[in-house]
Amino acid sequence: MVASSPSEGDTRAFGVRRLVALRLRRVHWWKIALVLSSLPMLLFLTVPLVALGLRISPSRVLSNLFTTPVAQAISLSLSTTAITVVLSVVAGTPVAYLLARGSFRGNALLDTLVDLPMVLPPSVAGIALLVAFGRVGLVGSRLDDVGVSIAFTQVAVVLAQTFVAAPFYIKAAAAGLANVDRELEQAAALDGAGGLQVFRYVTAPLAWTAMFGGAVMTWARALGEFGATIIFAGNLPGRTQTMPLAIYLGFEIELDVALTLAAILLAASFSVLILVKGILRQRVRML
Amino acid sequence: MNERSFRPSTPTDYGSDFHDSRSTNLIGRHNLRTRIRLCLLALSALLMLACSGESPGGSTSPTTPAISPTTAGSTSPTTPASPAAAGGELTVYAAASLTQAFEEIATGFEADNPGTTVVYNFAGSQQLAQQIVQGAPADVFASANDKQMGVARDGGKIEPDAAREFVRNRLVVVVPKSNPAGLKELKDLAKPGIKLVLAAPEVPAGQYSVAMLDAAGDPTYGADWKKRVTANVVSYEENVRVVLSKASLGEADAGVVYESDAAGAKGVGRIVIPESLNQVASYPIAPVSGSERAEAARRFVEYVLSEKGQATLEQYGFIPVGR
Repeated sequence: MVASSPSEGDTRAFGVRRLVALRLRRVHWWKIALVLSSLPMLLFLTVPLVALGLRISPSRVLSNLFTTPVAQAISLSLSTTAITVVLSVVAGTPVAYLLARGSFRGNALLDTLVDLPMVLPPSVAGIALLVAFGRVGLVGSRLDDVGVSIAFTQVAVVLAQTFVAAPFYIKAAAAGLANVDRELEQAAALDGAGGLQVFRYVTAPLAWTAMFGGAVMTWARALGEFGATIIFAGNLPGRTQTMPLAIYLGFEIELDVALTLAAILLAASFSVLILVKGILRQRVRML
Repeated sequence: MNERSFRPSTPTDYGSDFHDSRSTNLIGRHNLRTRIRLCLLALSALLMLACSGESPGGSTSPTTPAISPTTAGSTSPTTPASPAAAGGELTVYAAASLTQAFEEIATGFEADNPGTTVVYNFAGSQQLAQQIVQGAPADVFASANDKQMGVARDGGKIEPDAAREFVRNRLVVVVPKSNPAGLKELKDLAKPGIKLVLAAPEVPAGQYSVAMLDAAGDPTYGADWKKRVTANVVSYEENVRVVLSKASLGEADAGVVYESDAAGAKGVGRIVIPESLNQVASYPIAPVSGSERAEAARRFVEYVLSEKGQATLEQYGFIPVGR
């Protein structure tokens, strides 16, 4: 290799260069075609968001931010979605683990059950929740007998959000957990780690990104939840009127309130997503 | 032997899935980053969906009853000519409270105007007015109050003198059949702890309800009556029909709806609001200006105001005009 004459090496280098150039050119064209063909969809996704942003000035948003209806809706949305995310993670992780590790007969059924709330129209979820947990519902009537009433309360808001949004966390977490190398868990178990310890020190750190991503997804879906909430929890400013409800009703009478809330929802969602992407990217690099 | 002795000591059965998990790991490892990116892409798409928000309030229900040409021909003496102008679809935007009555009116109108099919968009009047102002393809607008007709007029979509009152309505209190709160009269709405559902103040029915509460409070039931009633409100629904649903489901102890809503409803009891305290809702109707089907729109308005149209409306609990 080293012994080859300089002229020979030159021709070979030239050939390689030409090949590389050819390939580069091909990649170049391919890239242009790719960008051009993705433009319509990107424009379609961007234009409505830009239009929304242009429709109301930031100063207007700021001055509206501290009016009662807007502030109430925001704080209600933030508190209920926070509870929803915690509930989904606490009660959803065991389900995700079961889905990821279970090789039992009902696994497909369980998987479908978790999928269902994601494909159902939220209004169906709302009606289903009402006939289950409403005052005259299957479970609700028994709760009512002992003096617990769920419909029209913030509990109903959280239940509606959890029903619709928790599956996003469960599915993502299950996918992440399924990816964890079992040999590592086995090794930890052999070294004497208990089930919880294995999860805490081996499984969870490895599946962390997927679980975190899923939790954010659940939060985003819960924040946008509308149909199930308005049917099951009703609409009372300060108690059950979340941001999407306030936007919907505001659209009909106070367009300013609706636009303000819409802009805030957009900005908040965008910044959280960017932040999460940053965190995840760093984490992945560290792995 | 040595190897086997480890197995039973581990609580989970790893053996059966060993190969599976290994192969998924090979894929999973290399694509973890791509997967997360895909996940986030999906996530952002989802978020945009969430932001855009669904709007289940506006239900469009096209009515397409079969038209029999024999009966149609015999009952249209006023419109013998220009069948071409009458043909096609007529889009009517009508207040949610008109749903049942207008479905029947469509049947009658279509029988009188062969070839024309009435397509409805039933929703809260405020929502319809907004849609019309934004350029929705409506030919006729039937609102539950003058205010929303005014919104459409100010938006340049209704001619200044085009709107005509075509029907009136009153409010009534509805309770579930079992009447769990034991309500007997309007005054009882202030009974502590009952669950009261009203139409949202954004909706005409909600505005009439508030006006009724104002009128009934001072001096009839006392100065703080309205305040106590308002404290019982558990939800302000975006559509008067939902108020009725929640009362008939038994989720609410009481709701305030239009007489016409309660008239056709099973599963609810009615508590009459004294005449002197009640509010009269006045419904205006008008052709939408710039409609391509102006002639059919005008004829639809005429039909609603005709004896036949008024009779149908009365049948559904509305108060005909001119009475």
